[in-house]
Amino acid sequence: MSTTYNVIGTRPIRHDGADKVTGRALYGADLQLARMIHGAVLRSPHAHARILRIDTSKAEALPGVFAVVTAADFPPAPADKIVDFGEGDTLLSSLRGNILASGKVLYSGHAVAAVAAVNAHVAAEAAALIEVDYEPLPCVLTAPEAMAPGAPILHENLPNGNVAELIRYEMGDLAAGFAEATVIVERELDTATVHQGYIEPQNATAFWSSDGRIHIWCSTQGSFVARDASAAVLDVPVSQVKVTPMEIGGGFGGKINVYLEPVAAMLSKKAGRPVKLVMSRRDVFTGTGPTPGSRVRVKIGVNDAGKITAAQAWLAYEAGAYPGAMVGPGAMTVFACYDIENVLIEGFDVVVNKPSTSAYRAPGAPNSALATETVLDEIAEKLGIDPLELRLRNAAKEGTRRADGPRYKRIGCIEVLEAMKASPQYNAPLPGPNCGRGVAIGFWFNAGLPSSATLSVNADGTVNLIEGSTDIGGSRTSLSMQAAEVLGLRAEDIHPTIVDTDSVGYTGVTGGSRTTFATGLAVHDAAQMVVEQMKARAARLWAVDEVSFSNGTFSANGQSLTFAQLAAQLGATGGPVSCSATVNPKGVGGSIAGLIIDVKVDPETGKTDVLRVTSVQDAGKAIHPAYVEGQMQGGTAQGIGWALNEEYFMDADGDMRNGSYLDYRMPTALDLPMIETIIVEVPNPGHPFGVRGVGEANIVPPLAAVANALYRATGKRLNRVPMNPATILGL
Amino acid sequence: MSAKVQVQTTINNEPVEFLCEPRQSLLECLRDIVGLTGTKEGCGDGNCGSCTVKLGDRIVTSCLVLGVEAAGESITTVEGLAHGSTLHPLQKAFLDHAALQCGICTPGFLIAADALLQKHPHPTEEQTRFWLSNNLCRCTGYDKIIRAVQAAAIEINGAAQ
Ligand code: FES
Ligand code: FES
Repeated sequence: MSTTYNVIGTRPIRHDGADKVTGRALYGADLQLARMIHGAVLRSPHAHARILRIDTSKAEALPGVFAVVTAADFPPAPADKIVDFGEGDTLLSSLRGNILASGKVLYSGHAVAAVAAVNAHVAAEAAALIEVDYEPLPCVLTAPEAMAPGAPILHENLPNGNVAELIRYEMGDLAAGFAEATVIVERELDTATVHQGYIEPQNATAFWSSDGRIHIWCSTQGSFVARDASAAVLDVPVSQVKVTPMEIGGGFGGKINVYLEPVAAMLSKKAGRPVKLVMSRRDVFTGTGPTPGSRVRVKIGVNDAGKITAAQAWLAYEAGAYPGAMVGPGAMTVFACYDIENVLIEGFDVVVNKPSTSAYRAPGAPNSALATETVLDEIAEKLGIDPLELRLRNAAKEGTRRADGPRYKRIGCIEVLEAMKASPQYNAPLPGPNCGRGVAIGFWFNAGLPSSATLSVNADGTVNLIEGSTDIGGSRTSLSMQAAEVLGLRAEDIHPTIVDTDSVGYTGVTGGSRTTFATGLAVHDAAQMVVEQMKARAARLWAVDEVSFSNGTFSANGQSLTFAQLAAQLGATGGPVSCSATVNPKGVGGSIAGLIIDVKVDPETGKTDVLRVTSVQDAGKAIHPAYVEGQMQGGTAQGIGWALNEEYFMDADGDMRNGSYLDYRMPTALDLPMIETIIVEVPNPGHPFGVRGVGEANIVPPLAAVANALYRATGKRLNRVPMNPATILGL
Repeated sequence: MSAKVQVQTTINNEPVEFLCEPRQSLLECLRDIVGLTGTKEGCGDGNCGSCTVKLGDRIVTSCLVLGVEAAGESITTVEGLAHGSTLHPLQKAFLDHAALQCGICTPGFLIAADALLQKHPHPTEEQTRFWLSNNLCRCTGYDKIIRAVQAAAIEINGAAQ
C-alpha cells in the first residue's frame, strides 16, 4: 500500500507547545479558585489492621479546619455493583474501599480520613490530630506467600482465599506437543512491584454546588471515567458531575483510577467551598496503583527445525489490596508473538497487602514476556541458532490463533523481526569484554472504546476541533493532522480544544494506545461529514449536482474553490458547517515491538551500563513520527529502569522503605544513551490511515532484552527483576 | 498559623513584593502567592528538578528554598525565559525536537539547560546528560531533550570551534 499523504507523516509543532514551554499550560495543581481551600489525607501506617475507632474531634477543633471526612460519610456500596473503568471493570466496593478504608486497612498508605483547611499546612496538621485505633493483623506481601495455606486472608468474601480469579487458556494437546520436542527449557522468574512514576502527583479540585451539581477539575487519563467513577462512589447520577480535565503530567495507566476526586467532592459538600487535594510524592508511591509484582513460570519445547511444539505458562500476579491484577493481559500476551499449536496458560490474580495495582503501559505484558523471551533465548543458544532467527521461524502472522481465542488480522511480527535483523546495531560488533547484546519482542493489543469529536468550520478557512481525550504526549496534534489530511488543510489550520464532560460526546480514556486510533477515527469521520456538507454548498453555489474534492479544492465543471474560499461563503450558502461523530471502533490492530540492547557489566561492582539501544515498533501508520519515536523512547527508558533498578522495598511489616525519588531511583539522563528508533509500518486494516497505536508495546521487550544481554555479558541467567548489582553478584 | 513576613524580591526582572509564612517554600510562594504556576512540583524534596528556578546566578530546586530567602534576590522562572512573544531558543528547540510529551518536567529542564549553556556554550552529550541528571523526565527517555539542548547551543552560540 503506497498511499501518499500531505500531512500524515510530517512533523508539525504541537498545538499546545507554546503554552507548555512558557509555563502557561494549566495542570491540575495549578488551578486557583476564589474561596478555595486545601486538603490532606491521613493514611494507614499498617499494612493490615482492623480499624477499631476513628476520632476526628481534635482535627475538627483546630482553627482553620473546615471539614473532615471518613468512609462513614460516603454512601454504602452495594456488594456486586460494577463500575466501568474504560480499560476494565471494577467492583464499586473495591473502588470505594480503596478511596477511604472502612473496617480494615489493607496496605500501608491506605487512605483513612481527609481534612480540608485554610491551607495545606493546616490541613496536614489537622490530619495528624485524627486519632485512629488499629488492631494490627499479620500481613502477606507476595503472591506465592498469599497463595500458601494458612496465609493471612485479606477479604473474607473471596471464595479461594487470596486468589481472586483463576484464568485458564488451553489449545491443542500439550503432552503430545512436548513429546515432539527435542529441546525443552523451563524457567521461573520473579518481578518486583514498580511504579508508573509520572512526575505530576495526583490532584483533584472539587466544588459541590448548592444546586447539587458537582464540578471536578483533575489530571486524569479519562474525564468520563473520572466522572462515572466519582458519581458511583458518591451515589449521584452521572449527569450531576462535570469533570474538567486539566493538563496532565504523565499517567502511563496510573491516572485512570480515581483516588482523590470523590474525597475532594465530599469535603466540598461539607465545607461549602471548592477543595483542592494534591498528593505528596510519598502518597503517590504508597497510595496509588503500582504495577504488580509477579512470579511467572514458562516451559517451551522446540523440535530440531526450531519450531515450537508446545508452550506452557503459570502466572501469579499481585493485585495489591483489591482484586484486579493485570494477570489477564499477562496471560493473553505471554505467547502472543508466536504461532504455537499446543498451549496451556494458567493465571492467578492474588490479593496481597500492597497498594491496589493499576494499569502501567501494556499492563501485565512485560512480566510474562520476560519469561517467554528469556526461555527462547536459552533455546536459541542450545540449538545454536540466531535468537531473531528462532523467533522468525515461529512468528505470529495473519491467521495465527492466540490461546485466548482471537485470530490475527494483519500483524507486523515478521516485519519487526526483519527490521531488528537489518538494524545498524544488530550488525555492529560489541565494543569489548564484559559486554553483551540481548534481544526480545513483545505484543500489545491496543484498545478501541468510544470516542467523540466535533469539527466547526471558521469563515477564515480554519477548523475548530472539539474533543475529550486528554493529551499526554501530543495527541491534539496527531488528531488535528488526521482532520487536516481529510480536509486538505495544514495541521496549523486545525485548532484543537479538549473540553469538559458536559461539552463533548462520551470519550474513553487516553490509554490502551487508543487515542490516535479511536479519537482519530471520530475526527476522520467528522471531517468526511464536513467535506460532504461543503460539497453540497459548492453545488448550490454553482447550481450543479456533482462536486469533487481533492487536495483542499472543491471543483465542478471547470469551476473551483479552495477550502478557505468556500468557507468564507458559508454564511451566504446556508450558514455555518459543524459536524460531530461518535465512534465505537472494532478494527483495533495489535502492535509488536522489539528491542536490541547492548550492556556492559562491571564484574567487581555488578553495575550495568547501557551502551546502545534500538527500539523497533509496528505503528501501523505513524501520524506524527517524532511523537511515535517519543513513545518508543519513553517506553524503552521505563522498561530499562524496571529491568535494572526500580523496586518497592517493603519491610516485613509491609512498609515501603524507599517512597521517594531519591530511593526509588528512576533512570536519569546520565543512565541512558540515545535511544535509536525504527518505525515499522504494517497498516491496520481497521483504520482509514492504518493506525495501530504506539503507546504501550514498546515497554514489553526491555525486561527480557536486558536479561538476555546480561546473560551474554556475565554468563548468568538471572531469575529476578530488578537485575541490580545485588542480583547480578548473587548477593 | 504563624505571622507573615513581607518579602521584596525581583522575579523575571520585575520587582515583586509578597507576604508569606516563614515555613513556606519558595516554590509555594511562586505558585500559590505570586501566581506563577509555570514552575512545577513533582516531589517536594529536591529529587525531581521540576521546580528548578534560577536564584541569583545559580539554579536551585525551589521546593528546598524558603520563600523568605528570596528577599533581595533575583529569580528567573520559566515565565521569564521568552522575550515578549518571542520564544527563547531553548523553548523553540524543545518544540522543534518534540522534547516534551506531557510537559510537566519541561519548565525545570528549560531553566537548568539555560544555566548549562551559560556555563558551557558547547556542552558535549556527556556534559549535557550530567548537568541535567537532577531533572527527571518519565516520558521521553531524554533522547529528544538532549538533542534539543545541543541544537539550542548551536543556535545561541554558533557551531563549536
Ligand atoms: S519538586 Fe522540587 S525537586 Fe521535585
Ligand atoms: S515530558 Fe512528561 S515528564 Fe518529561
